[in-house]
Amino acid sequence: MGLSKREVLHVAHLGRIHLADDEVEKFADQLSTIVDYVNQLSELDTEGVEPLAHALPIHNVLRPDEPRPGLSTDQALGGAPDAADGFFRVPRVIDDGSSA
Amino acid sequence: MAILDQTACQMRDALRRRDLTAADAAEASLAAIERLDPTVAAFVATDACAVRRRAAEIDARLDAGGPVGLLAGVPVAVKDNMCTADGLPTSCGSRILDGWRAPYNAHVVERLLAADAVIVGKTNMDEFAMGSSTEHSCFGPTHNPWDTATVPGGSSGGSAAAVAARMVPLALGSDTGGSIRQPGSLCGVVGMKPTYGRVSRYGLVAFASSLDQIGPLARTVGDAALLLQAVAGHDARDSTSVNEPVPDYLAVLDEPVAPLRIGVPKEFFTEGLDPEVERLVREAIGVYERLGAKLVEIDLPHATDYAIATYYIVAPSEASSNLARYDGVHYGYRAPEHADMIDMYMRSRSEGFGDEVKRRIMLGTFALSSGYYDAYYKKALRVRRLVRRDFDEAFEKVDCIMGPTSATPAFPLGERLENPLAMYLSDLFTVGANMAAIAGISIPCGFTGAGLPVGLQILTGVFTEDRLLRISRMYERQTDWTSRRPAICEASA
Repeated sequence: MGLSKREVLHVAHLGRIHLADDEVEKFADQLSTIVDYVNQLSELDTEGVEPLAHALPIHNVLRPDEPRPGLSTDQALGGAPDAADGFFRVPRVIDDGSSA
Repeated sequence: MAILDQTACQMRDALRRRDLTAADAAEASLAAIERLDPTVAAFVATDACAVRRRAAEIDARLDAGGPVGLLAGVPVAVKDNMCTADGLPTSCGSRILDGWRAPYNAHVVERLLAADAVIVGKTNMDEFAMGSSTEHSCFGPTHNPWDTATVPGGSSGGSAAAVAARMVPLALGSDTGGSIRQPGSLCGVVGMKPTYGRVSRYGLVAFASSLDQIGPLARTVGDAALLLQAVAGHDARDSTSVNEPVPDYLAVLDEPVAPLRIGVPKEFFTEGLDPEVERLVREAIGVYERLGAKLVEIDLPHATDYAIATYYIVAPSEASSNLARYDGVHYGYRAPEHADMIDMYMRSRSEGFGDEVKRRIMLGTFALSSGYYDAYYKKALRVRRLVRRDFDEAFEKVDCIMGPTSATPAFPLGERLENPLAMYLSDLFTVGANMAAIAGISIPCGFTGAGLPVGLQILTGVFTEDRLLRISRMYERQTDWTSRRPAICEASA
């Protein structure tokens, strides 16, 4: 099963990646080849096999809920492409006057 | 002996005896980088002033006879996906993080500093550790010191090449599907992936969190043991870090493992295997046989092709989630032109990420998307258990598993760049260990007729790094591959 150009555009949009037209075609070909390869997993009977997300037993790790030093505001904003007044600055996301 | 021809263990001893100063070791390393790195391109960032300051400070403490750490004065390189505060950038080979300064040190960096190592710089890598050739880097490719027309392997190709070219005796890499062992093999150095959870991932930029593991690259098994000793151990800031005691790896290194049963899986000797690689690996296994080891043919039916197929669902799925954080808001690159918020995300990410990262984000998003989740992601997790079972069953019968690390020696630059699947198959023999969380190593086992190194892969069960190192050392003692130097090192040595 290959990936159509429409499917590539769909997953690119879900992954927030903008693709040019010629890229859509290239990635559709490459991703189809890869998906064809991974499809060999369907040969395997995995009925009754428990999914394994982590190969070692993983336990929840709890600690006392006590304040600890963390990054300062300046440190946290230090790598931001745009910051002002102690905040990350982003393009407008809400129209003027409309409710959130 | 020239300073950089010494092993890290020899350097450490000479530093303590004051036969060598940290300043001289650092200068030797900086000079080698200046001389060789224009050709090899293993490093993406160094800070000579900081290196000299640090070396002088360690010399002062060594002179004063005060207590010093395990690696006092030894130059070490760090892969560029491990966070370094105070100076060096952390870019992950990506335009989206180019020049980013981490506000904190990774656990392994803290441990190196506590061990009084001198961190000389950050090494090149495939973008976000996605690749097997170190060609997917926004800084350009690293070249294999044994033949600069070939790749060093990847994704820790910068670290492997820096050690192979004797710019540093030690370097840290990270291994998600083979990214320490495969470049170790292609560059003729020792590369070890410890058990998942052995080394904290705190401050390692996340690629596939259930698979990523940090480990050492070094010229000798003893040096790999030394570096592992410095960075292994529990860290509460990584919830998958395991609180198992860390043995003294060096103390037991020269004790052979006997009796030794070696599992040789027929799946590791398939038709795609380069005949020279096969011959050298079989000869290496023959060395163990002469030492009294017993060979056992075993089956790992899910550990190669099915493991790769599983890996290319699991790893991209985790990556697509982990890389959602690069949004042009919190750190890194933001596209200058955009229509609105969503368009800003999309343009920042499409301009900031390279093609391989885009492929994996799309692949992972596909595998996790509505309608495909059960058929791909969940199916892959079930097969992952089958991979784990293969190894569990094998380790009931044998003490270790041996085979080639890579099916081929170093391949020419550009050869697999336009064929992602061919690149993915570079990790055919290594991904199984990541899926199963077990320990693995690649050690040099000879050279092809063209002078390219070949690696023997050895795998052992979880938290048996001490045994894995001892088994590796048994072979190393019988051979002399580690003394061979790439021709580019000879010029001024």
